[in-house]
Amino acid sequence: MQVPAKFEYERADSVPHALQLLERYGPEARIVAGGHSLIPMMKLRLAQPEALIDINGLASELGRIAVEGDELAIGALVRHAELLDDVTATDLFPIFRDAERVIADPIVRHRGTVGGSLCQGDPSEDLSAVFAALRATAVIQGPGGTRTVPVRQFHQGPYETAVEPNELLIQLRVPITPGTGSAYEKVERRVGDWPVAAAGAVITVSDGVIAQAGIGLTAVGAEHFCAPEAEQHLIGRAPGEEVFAEAGRIAAEHCEPHSDQRGPADYKRHLAAELTRRALARANRNVPGSATV
Amino acid sequence: MSYGRMHRKEDARFIRGRGNYTDDVRLPGMLYGAILRSPHAHARIVSIDTSAAEAHPKVKAVITGQTLAGLGLAWMPTLSQDTQAVLATDKVRFQGQEVAFAVAEDPYSARDALELIDVEYDPLDAVIDARKAMDPGAPVIRDDLEGRAGNHIFDWEAGDRARTDAIFEQAEVTVAQDMLYPRVHPAPLETCGAVADFDKVTGKLTVWCPTQAPHAHRTLYAMVAGLPEHKIRVISPDIGGGFGGKVGIYPGYVCAIVGSIVTGRPVKWMEDRSENLMSTAFARDYHMRGEIAATRDGKIQAIRVKVLADHGAFNGTAQPTKFPAGFFHVFSGSYDLEAAHCEVTGVYTNKAPGGVAYACSFRVTEAVYLVERMVDVLAAELNIDPAEVRMRNLLKPEQFPYLSPTGWEYDSGDYPKALRLAMDMAGYDKLRAEQADKRARGELMGIGISFFTEAVGAGPRKHMDILGLGMADGAELRVHPTGKAVLRVSCQTQGQGHETTFAQIVGQELGIPADDVEVVHGDTDQTPFGLGTYGSRSTPVSGAATAIVARKVRDRAKIVAAAMLEASPDDLEWADGKWSVVGDPSTGKSMAEIALAAHSNLELPEGVEGHLDAVTVYNPPNLTYPFGAYICVVDVDPGTGQVKVRRFVAVDDCGVRINPMIVEGQIHGGLADGVGMALMQVMAFDEDGNHLGASFMDYLLPTAIECPAWELGETVTPSPTHPIGAKGVGESATVGSPAAVVNAVVDALRPYGVRHADMPLTPANVWRVINGDPFRTDLAIP
Ligand SMILES: Cc1cc2nc3c(=O)[nH]c(=O)nc-3n(C[C@H](O)[C@H](O)[C@H](O)COP(=O)(O)OP(=O)(O)OC[C@H]3O[C@@H](n4cnc5c(N)ncnc54)[C@H](O)[C@@H]3O)c2cc1C
Repeated sequence: MQVPAKFEYERADSVPHALQLLERYGPEARIVAGGHSLIPMMKLRLAQPEALIDINGLASELGRIAVEGDELAIGALVRHAELLDDVTATDLFPIFRDAERVIADPIVRHRGTVGGSLCQGDPSEDLSAVFAALRATAVIQGPGGTRTVPVRQFHQGPYETAVEPNELLIQLRVPITPGTGSAYEKVERRVGDWPVAAAGAVITVSDGVIAQAGIGLTAVGAEHFCAPEAEQHLIGRAPGEEVFAEAGRIAAEHCEPHSDQRGPADYKRHLAAELTRRALARANRNVPGSATV
Repeated sequence: MSYGRMHRKEDARFIRGRGNYTDDVRLPGMLYGAILRSPHAHARIVSIDTSAAEAHPKVKAVITGQTLAGLGLAWMPTLSQDTQAVLATDKVRFQGQEVAFAVAEDPYSARDALELIDVEYDPLDAVIDARKAMDPGAPVIRDDLEGRAGNHIFDWEAGDRARTDAIFEQAEVTVAQDMLYPRVHPAPLETCGAVADFDKVTGKLTVWCPTQAPHAHRTLYAMVAGLPEHKIRVISPDIGGGFGGKVGIYPGYVCAIVGSIVTGRPVKWMEDRSENLMSTAFARDYHMRGEIAATRDGKIQAIRVKVLADHGAFNGTAQPTKFPAGFFHVFSGSYDLEAAHCEVTGVYTNKAPGGVAYACSFRVTEAVYLVERMVDVLAAELNIDPAEVRMRNLLKPEQFPYLSPTGWEYDSGDYPKALRLAMDMAGYDKLRAEQADKRARGELMGIGISFFTEAVGAGPRKHMDILGLGMADGAELRVHPTGKAVLRVSCQTQGQGHETTFAQIVGQELGIPADDVEVVHGDTDQTPFGLGTYGSRSTPVSGAATAIVARKVRDRAKIVAAAMLEASPDDLEWADGKWSVVGDPSTGKSMAEIALAAHSNLELPEGVEGHLDAVTVYNPPNLTYPFGAYICVVDVDPGTGQVKVRRFVAVDDCGVRINPMIVEGQIHGGLADGVGMALMQVMAFDEDGNHLGASFMDYLLPTAIECPAWELGETVTPSPTHPIGAKGVGESATVGSPAAVVNAVVDALRPYGVRHADMPLTPANVWRVINGDPFRTDLAIP
């Protein structure tokens, strides 16, 4: 049996209460959402927080998915399974369906949360790449009120995010742009495994050319989980196999993958190119009204 | 009759959460132990300071190698006549090795105590790559062994070297291939653990632990610790999977026992997942070079094999003592050859001990993998279809019993029939046509065949023993006055369904329903001696004992029935599950009627004692030789290296099938195991000896998604030596399937000129193989 070290436990009954508790216990306290990243680390005693502040009771404040104006708002406490099941979200952004189907397994997906995924800041987190591709905005609340941070500035290094110890990630806001298609491609060693590498693509096509492009990459050492140079290459060009392949090549060039038991660096770099290409092609295919390439 | 599909009797309790596993055992006053393990693969222990841990208010004892040395228990013998540290005294020799044992009021405090133990290590260079273990200047791991100047453990050979070499010199065609069967782990869902309860008043020690061999454990405890054997009771309750990993005695068991003796209270120790993966018996780790000599038309004449066997830091393989490489020398496989020879060299490395484990039939797995890969290498060299090469070389039914070039006497089989059936089920020719089309379009599809013959059911006792204990097993059968029966056997189920299968055997022999037979096992105070369940030996050995003890009961019943019918026993016949006067079924007496009479005041013939109970010991005259033909179809994504197992056809011949449903369940599990080993499992180590597969995040178990809908077929060739014609099946699919999967992937990669790729065929590995730059799968990926 793996058992964590001793810790205090508090259950928050509102966002302000959670913030108060964070203030009270100080930087050695940790929020627990789904617990599927934090608790395993505690059991291995890699994390030994002095207190856990449980936000699982805050579903009414943090557990909603809704279209608000020209944005899709996703609460931090939305479970992976809820996002997967939300037809509004997955129809607007098929990338969510693609990604959530291959994140962990149903058991983990029923507990693990969107906010927890982003706050964990694991360099292989799938949703970090997804939200980077979507150019989402993170809404963070602290003692002084709320602030917003573009997701592409949210991650400040492995396991480091823009969320301060006395703050809570509240929501993710995804811009809705007409004429947009999206897709996610992941290679895993086995179903439910973390990615060896994965790529998400979001493209907006207007007048036959790519008007906007987002490429998200995870597990390959892409800065801020995105590939701006490859995105740049796409803008203004007509979608097509060669353009996508070139974007993949550029994306791969700017990655810095590390070898580990999931694969050697050269393979991961290759996957960055290959999966970017595939994701772009599929994203293009599900641009509403697009002719299949 | 009692053979046939019936639901497993044990499932009711498992499905309802009413199983009783070691961790379910809770005794009054029970304490909890936890093991401090080495973070280093190789280091000298400078000092161990336990004072802070001992000062913890809930800690009752902290045991170190020093404490054990005082009791003469710091080292224990292994199942391969080596010694293994229980708790390290001088050095640690693998990462995860046991260093100290803390006993506390609750499991949390026991774990907390570990953080308070201060061990100072002086790190040493580690030997990780078995291929470098014998290099001059390699660090000597076992400097505790007198006169040991290097890491070499043994050299062993089988077969006829001179004849084999002579054939190779003359051969029209020879092929050679290096291959690695990497270190894998049985990874049972239930980890190992023990509850030890030493009663100071009676002097009796009771140990609950998930052992596959409870009687062997008891005897070894008696021999090693000097405790009187009748004062030791080993209870193996429900086991959540064993696969060979629960045969030996682990340091944690000894620690729990010592903990109970020292504290005077029961002590429970349960390891966690990482401890299980890091320290308990691994399997395989065979670095092999195979060679085949053949004629140009594909007739195999001889096979030659060299093996470098990585045994870890202590030679702890569990196998019949005479065979340091297990039954590896069955590597000539299912083929009719003139000669064969193998040489096996065992070496120490700074890795966990173990060896033969994980459903391998004592290394038949490695043997089958070797020969089946080699046959495909030959087929590729000759450009002949691999099915055709096999057909040209398979033993013919009329050749049985067949004496193999390395001394095995294969009992029975019709190999071509099994392969033909598998090919028909798969639609082999159509698949090849589809493959040709796909290849023309640049798509990668592969078809892999594996044909295996296993040797299972050890003894006979004169050839096979473990530390002097002959491999023969007992059975006792009682029939109560109302005709219900209790069977007591020495083996122990870990999921194989013994409580059902053995009840069916008794039912079949006695003409009573299987539901009327209770099977008692796993408790040494309640069952006769025997060596237990591994190497697919339960049905071949204990199943035979069961049939024979039931026949003894039936013979006694005949005498009683004769008295009931006032006839001579010679005038009775056994028909429709009853004893009746020959030719007059209306006189038939059922077992229930006879049992009641046997316990009544019926006058029995002189010399007949009454009751029907019987005992027996079964010493198998030979092993049994199950076999099978497997065909796997894969699709490979050339852009990512991902392998999808599309189909898997498995034709098994395990002789007579007692409960076909259980047999199929065993095969399903073994096939999944095989897919896991072929595609995703490996315990690799970095150069410092860090274990790179120490959790289920890194050591991957296959799931339903990776498994196709298995397509099973069967042929039935009864074993001529087994009383009911059964052969073992528990390991068949694990033995046979990895080669089929690898052969399929290699077949898919033929357009790239690939002849071989080592397991596991992860996407990264396959992609690198396609690019002609494979990496060592047993080391850290560079
Ligand atoms: C078996 C398994 C397989 C997995 N496979 C994958 C995979 O394939 N791909 C993948 O991307 N992920 C995978 N995961 C990770 C899983 O997606 C994450 O564990 C999960 O989504 C994290 O969310 P959580 O709610 O469980 O976070 P928790 O474990 O509760 O928290 C994680 C971290 O975030 C902090 N935190 C949580 N919520 C907030 C908040 N609202 N504000 C501020 N801080 C917060 C916590 O303090 C903690 O530091 C896997 C996990 C497991 C156990």
